[in-house]
Amino acid sequence: MYEQFKLRAEAVGAEVHRCRSRGEAVVFIRTFLQQEGTADMPGSYAVWAPGPFLTDSDSARLGGDIPGLSFDVSRQRAADARIGITETDWAVADTGSLVADQTAVEQRLASTLPTIHVAIIGTDRILSDKTAVFSRITPRTSRYIAFITGPSRTADIERVLTIGVHGPKRLIIVFVDEMEGVSP
Amino acid sequence: MKTDFKESIDRAVNDANLTGALGKFSEAYKVNRARAYEGIDFEALRTVIAERKGYAAAHLDRMAAEFTRNAEAAGAHVFQTSDPEKVKEYILKVARENAVRTVVKSKSMATEEIHLNACLEKAGIDVRETDLGEWIIQLAGQTPSHMVMPAIHMTKEEVSDLFSKEVDERLSTDIPQLVEVARNELRSRFLAADMGISGGNIAVAETGSIVLVTNEGNARMVTTLPKVHIALVGIEKFVEKFEDVAPVLEALPRSATAQLLTSYVSIITGPAPNSDGSDKELHIILMDNRRTEMAADPKFKQALQCIRCGSCLNVCPVFRLVGGHVFGKIYTGGIGTILTAWFDELKKSEEIQGLCIQCGNCKEICPGKIDIPELIMEIRRRLVQKDGLPLLQRAIYGVVNNRKLFHGMLRAASVAAKPFASGKFLRHLPLFLADLTDGRSLPAIAEEPFRDRFRKISQPKCSEKAAFYAGCLIDFAYPEMGEALVKILNKAGIEVVFPDEQTCCGAPARYSGAYEVAARNAVDNIEALLAEDVKYVVSACPTCTVALEHEFISTFESLGQTDRLPRAQELAGKTVDFSTLVKKLVDEGRLTLKEGQKLCSVTYHDSCHLKRTLRVSQEPRELLQKAGYELTEMFECDTCCGMGGSYSMKLPEISGPILQRKLRNIKETGAPLVAMDCPGCVMQIRGGMDQDGADIRVRHTVEILAERLKD
Repeated sequence: MYEQFKLRAEAVGAEVHRCRSRGEAVVFIRTFLQQEGTADMPGSYAVWAPGPFLTDSDSARLGGDIPGLSFDVSRQRAADARIGITETDWAVADTGSLVADQTAVEQRLASTLPTIHVAIIGTDRILSDKTAVFSRITPRTSRYIAFITGPSRTADIERVLTIGVHGPKRLIIVFVDEMEGVSP
Repeated sequence: MKTDFKESIDRAVNDANLTGALGKFSEAYKVNRARAYEGIDFEALRTVIAERKGYAAAHLDRMAAEFTRNAEAAGAHVFQTSDPEKVKEYILKVARENAVRTVVKSKSMATEEIHLNACLEKAGIDVRETDLGEWIIQLAGQTPSHMVMPAIHMTKEEVSDLFSKEVDERLSTDIPQLVEVARNELRSRFLAADMGISGGNIAVAETGSIVLVTNEGNARMVTTLPKVHIALVGIEKFVEKFEDVAPVLEALPRSATAQLLTSYVSIITGPAPNSDGSDKELHIILMDNRRTEMAADPKFKQALQCIRCGSCLNVCPVFRLVGGHVFGKIYTGGIGTILTAWFDELKKSEEIQGLCIQCGNCKEICPGKIDIPELIMEIRRRLVQKDGLPLLQRAIYGVVNNRKLFHGMLRAASVAAKPFASGKFLRHLPLFLADLTDGRSLPAIAEEPFRDRFRKISQPKCSEKAAFYAGCLIDFAYPEMGEALVKILNKAGIEVVFPDEQTCCGAPARYSGAYEVAARNAVDNIEALLAEDVKYVVSACPTCTVALEHEFISTFESLGQTDRLPRAQELAGKTVDFSTLVKKLVDEGRLTLKEGQKLCSVTYHDSCHLKRTLRVSQEPRELLQKAGYELTEMFECDTCCGMGGSYSMKLPEISGPILQRKLRNIKETGAPLVAMDCPGCVMQIRGGMDQDGADIRVRHTVEILAERLKD
């Protein structure tokens, strides 16, 4: 199902990566942040919305390594960030979509305002289709359920597809095979 | 039709930017939509959607009560009203209570329906549309021309001019740069806005959730950044269960924009936290505005199954010529005509409903399984019922209802038209065939109608009999088609009878909303065609076949003339179209075509009624191939030729360009012969080819096959 997901997600402009372990994923993201020039100034910040993936020691180390990376996702910080990192709950193979409970405002800020959205997800969280998703999510406990499929897009001017109108211009999806005791 | 409406049509069809953009889009849409639905059983999917949405529409009160209870339990404020004015009052009240000065909006047709922006602006509130297309038309001071793509009628040059004025800087026409301007301009508005207003694509009764389906990401900001969120939802958006959301999400993006899923889908249930830690103030307004009344109407209740995908616009051969500013008010195209008649008023739909050519394309692809053409016919009928027919039409139908007078006038026309006839064609026909369009020659009225020629045909005695229903065109313009049919059926051992009392099938009257006239035609024809005991009633005109097989029944039903139904059903049971009958005879070995010869290539034009009402498309193709022709398919083979009965006379400015597109598609196949099963299409396309001068023969399948019978 990973291959199908990758195919569909890339078809709508997402970038899909796969890491064997949590440690490998941390390294991948750190390298990515550095490559993208994350720095301690407005427009170059990165924000990482809290989630079970990250341990306290990871965040302390990453925060030290990368100036401009913050785990405190305020509205202004997210608006000034170039990169936002969140974790998502499910991936849907037949449409290449991510699904997340984004009741926490940090999740929404970090995935809507920055230019680049990095989404982390366990490889074992891939479901075949919408029907499978709908039996696993419930609005009774999640006030804001978000489906995200590729970057923000529009074709409102002369039907020409243009990426990145209001939301992120890039969506980077990082699959992690072994979450090592991360409880979803 | 009023002059200013006619003028707006003229302007639209002559606007190269508009017809170019819409034409290109409609062609690409067809291909992309099919690709998006690959691997999906569309019929099964739309049956589920129609069933779920239909259920909710039949229980609107319960849905609203359940939704309200659940949304309020989750912490939302729910306000329900039938009155658009009360909606505006409520929004203004919430705005006042929260000292709102600026509003950001994501796309909502419901807010367009009640002209909300004007109301907020009047109250001194700064309102910003944030969907790119909506923002463009807001800056231009226009209404959306398409439900999904509001600014599809505008060019990048026009957008560049609008944006340049807005940011006070001369911008280029580079589309990515224009999109970037919108991103930057609107970003600060999102962050500063006091209130967000959205619509709702789906409202779930059992959870009190609203679902927003978008691509740009603006709805996520509208519902996240301001502290107050108002969602205005028409009550046709209800589904009962949370799981019902899935099938709608399966169809909506595919049908709307040929996407498997839009970039974003947000399911909001009660207030989520704001960035300052407080809970959002969430208001959901359930707006009725005649939807309950619609749900109680036995005909129109199905319109509430609409999921607002706009695909009925995208496949409409008329919409792609004139766009939504002509074909629609706030809501546009086929479904827009219906919604205008209800949410605005019946009278407002009077002109736009006349634009529907009844080709049935939209009915095929509607994910809500709505019979849009039928509902537009019903609007027509109700308008006629209310206001009566125009004088000229009344006079015409007075004649049509009197067979002897009608046929007498058609015979007279064959003489009267002589001075104007040039070769096989003539420019002007009398009576209701007058005022004809350019770009098409018309057939002369035959000197001797089929009914007279028929008497001279000597037929073998056969044990099996079929009554031939000729219809006006074969009887009075193309009698040779009737002779060909008799020849073929005789060969298969079927004797043809021609009941003289048969008259007009009533389609012209019905399509003008004059159901009483159509019903009288139906009564006369039923009597004539069932007078003798025959096995089949066969017609070589699909429109007539549809009348005999379906519309006599539905006309009687509409008028409550139930006592006439049994005889109408008896006739329907015997009725068969020419190609279906001949295919059957060939399959049964009763008729053999000359085989083994390699003839020229032929392209086949599917007539609307044959393909989409009678569901016949392979039969004529197989027969032509069996007869030795090589089939070369044309692009958009089943798109209307623009004839539409009297449509081509009422709206020649639309019929003309539709015909030109058809001629182009035929010519591009390189085939020297085009076949079709409808004498109306022959009249339109043969006339068009004649004026065009292309060396392509235009023939009815019956004529072609009659020459290919094995002795």
